[in-house]
Amino acid sequence: MVAAADSDGPLAGKGRAVTVRAPVAFFRKPSVLPGFGLTLGFTLSYLSLIVLVPLAALIVKSSGLGWNGFWAAVTTPRVLAAFEVSFGLSFAAALTNAVFGFLVAWVLVRYDFPGKRLVDALVDLPFALPTAVAGIALSALYAPNGWLGKPLNELFGLKVAFTPLGIAIALTFIGLPFVVRTVQPILQDLPAEEEEAAASLGASRFQTFSSVILPAILPALVTGFALSFARGIGEYGSVIFIAGNMPGLTEILPLLIVIKLEQYDYAGAAAVGTAMLGVSFIMLLILNLLQQWMRSRHAR
Amino acid sequence: MPADVSLTASAPVPVPPAQSALTEPVWVRIALITGALLFLALFLLLPLVAVFVEALRRGFDAYWVALIEPDAVAAIELTLIVAAISVPANLLFGVAASWCVAKFDFRGKNLLITLIDLPFSVSPVISGLIYVLLFGMNGLFGTYLRDMGVQIIFAVPGLVLATIFVTFPFVARELIPLMQEQGSDEEEAALVLGASGWQTFWRVTIPNIKWGLLYGVLLCNARAMGEFGAVSVVSGHIRGETNTMPLHVEILYNEYNFVAAFAVASLLAMLALVTLVVKTALEWRFGDELAAARH
Repeated sequence: MVAAADSDGPLAGKGRAVTVRAPVAFFRKPSVLPGFGLTLGFTLSYLSLIVLVPLAALIVKSSGLGWNGFWAAVTTPRVLAAFEVSFGLSFAAALTNAVFGFLVAWVLVRYDFPGKRLVDALVDLPFALPTAVAGIALSALYAPNGWLGKPLNELFGLKVAFTPLGIAIALTFIGLPFVVRTVQPILQDLPAEEEEAAASLGASRFQTFSSVILPAILPALVTGFALSFARGIGEYGSVIFIAGNMPGLTEILPLLIVIKLEQYDYAGAAAVGTAMLGVSFIMLLILNLLQQWMRSRHAR
Repeated sequence: MPADVSLTASAPVPVPPAQSALTEPVWVRIALITGALLFLALFLLLPLVAVFVEALRRGFDAYWVALIEPDAVAAIELTLIVAAISVPANLLFGVAASWCVAKFDFRGKNLLITLIDLPFSVSPVISGLIYVLLFGMNGLFGTYLRDMGVQIIFAVPGLVLATIFVTFPFVARELIPLMQEQGSDEEEAALVLGASGWQTFWRVTIPNIKWGLLYGVLLCNARAMGEFGAVSVVSGHIRGETNTMPLHVEILYNEYNFVAAFAVASLLAMLALVTLVVKTALEWRFGDELAAARH
C-alpha cells in the first residue's frame, strides 16, 4: 500500500503534463498553478520514507510473533502493570489539567491583571522546554531534600519523587498547555449576548456559568483533555527522572519499551509499542465520538 | 442597517442589565486570578527557576567549567549538527507539502493531512524504536547494513532520522492553513502576467508566507534541539560521540553530577526562553500573517 501511494504522485504529475487528461481531472481539479506533480511526489516520497515505512516496520516486527506470541508478550504482569501506571496516571494528570487549564484559560480571557501577556506566553513553556530539562528540574524540586519535596514530606508526610504522585506531576506539567490552548479561543469567541440573555432572564451568575458557558466550551475542554491524556501516555523524558522506575509500581510504558530494547528483545518492544498505539488510538476514537455527541447535543 | 439604528435608539429605555451580571463579584475574580497564578507559578515557573538556581549553585566558575568540558562541547556541537540537517529537511518538506495541499484540490487530501500530523501522536520512544527495528543489528535491514559497513543506529544518521520524525509536522501544519486561507489568486495573477512557476513561488508565495515559515521553523528547531525520548533510543549514549545535549544532561544527572547536568540544561532552558520570546513577538507583530496565532 505504501509503495503504491509512493509511486502514485510522480506518475500522476507526469500524466498531467504529457497526454492523459481525463484520469487527472478525475484525480484532481484542474488548476493553472504549476508544481503539483513535483510537490506531491516529493511529499509522498518523504512521508513514506520517514513515517510510513518505519511505522510499518513496527507492525511487521510485532506480527512476526504471531497472535499468540503477541498476546503473551503484552499480557505479562509487568507489561500490564505498566499499562495501568501509564494510562491511570495520564488520566489523573489530564483531569487535573482540565480543571486548572480551564481556570487559567478563563482568567486569561475574562480578567485583566498586570503581567497578563507574560503569563499568557509562559503557558507555552512545557511545549518549548526540552522534556529532559523539565524532568531533572521537577525531580530536583520534589526530591526528599528539594524545595518542595522537603516541606511536603515534613508537613504532610507526603513523598512525591519516586512515587506515582511524582509521575502525575510531571504529566500535569507536560499536558497543561493543551487544555489552555484549546479552551482559550473558544472562550474568547463566546458571544456575550447569550450571557446577557441568561442574566436578563433572571439567571444568577453561577446558573449562567453552568448552563450557558460550560456546555458551550465542554467539547473544547474534552479535546484538551484528550490531547493532554494522549501526550501523557507517550511521554518519556520528563517522567523517568522523577518516577523512580520500579517495575510494577512506577514503571511507565515508554520506559518498558526502552528496557526491552536494551535487552535486545526487539519483538517484545515492538509488541508493547503496537499495543500502546492501538489502545491510545481506541481511546482517542471514543473521546472523539463523545465529543461529536456533545457537540450535536449542544447544537440542539 | 435601519434595524441597527432603531436598536441603538431604543437601547437606553430598558436599562441594560448591570455590568455585574456579566462578570463575577470582585472577591471571586481575585480568588480565581490568584488560584491560576499560584498554579502556574508552582507548576511552570518554579521548575524553570530551579534549573538556573541549581546550575549556579557552586558559583559561576563551576558553571562555566561544566560548559567548556570536552564532552559537553561535543554534545553541543552534535545537537547543532542534528538540528542543522533535520530542520532544513523538514522546512523543504513543509513548503512542498503545503504547496500541493493548499494550492490544489485532489482526492485523498484529508488523508494526506492526517498522515502528515501522525508523528505528533506517536510516543517519542516509539519514534526511535521504529528506526531501531529497521536499521538496528537485529532489525529488518540490520545484516545488510552491517555487510555494507554502514552504521545508522548508535550513530549520527539515526539521531537525524529520529529527530526528523518527531519534528516532521511543525512547518507543514503552520503553512497549510495559512496558504489555504491566502488562496492562490495572487499566484494565478503572476502566472497570467507571464511569470514562471519559480518566479511566482519566490516573488509572490514566499513573501506572503515568510512569517509563518519562520514561526514553523522556530518551533521545529526548539523541538529538534530538545528532543530526548526518540534520540535516546537510537543514540547508544556514547560520550562525546552520539550524545546530544539532552542526553548529556541525562548522563550527568544519573552520575549525580547535578551542577554540570543543570548547567547544560540551563542552555536548553535559555533556548526555550528565546523560542518563547521570538514566538510571542511574532504573534504580537505579525499575528494576522500566522495561522497559529489566529485560532
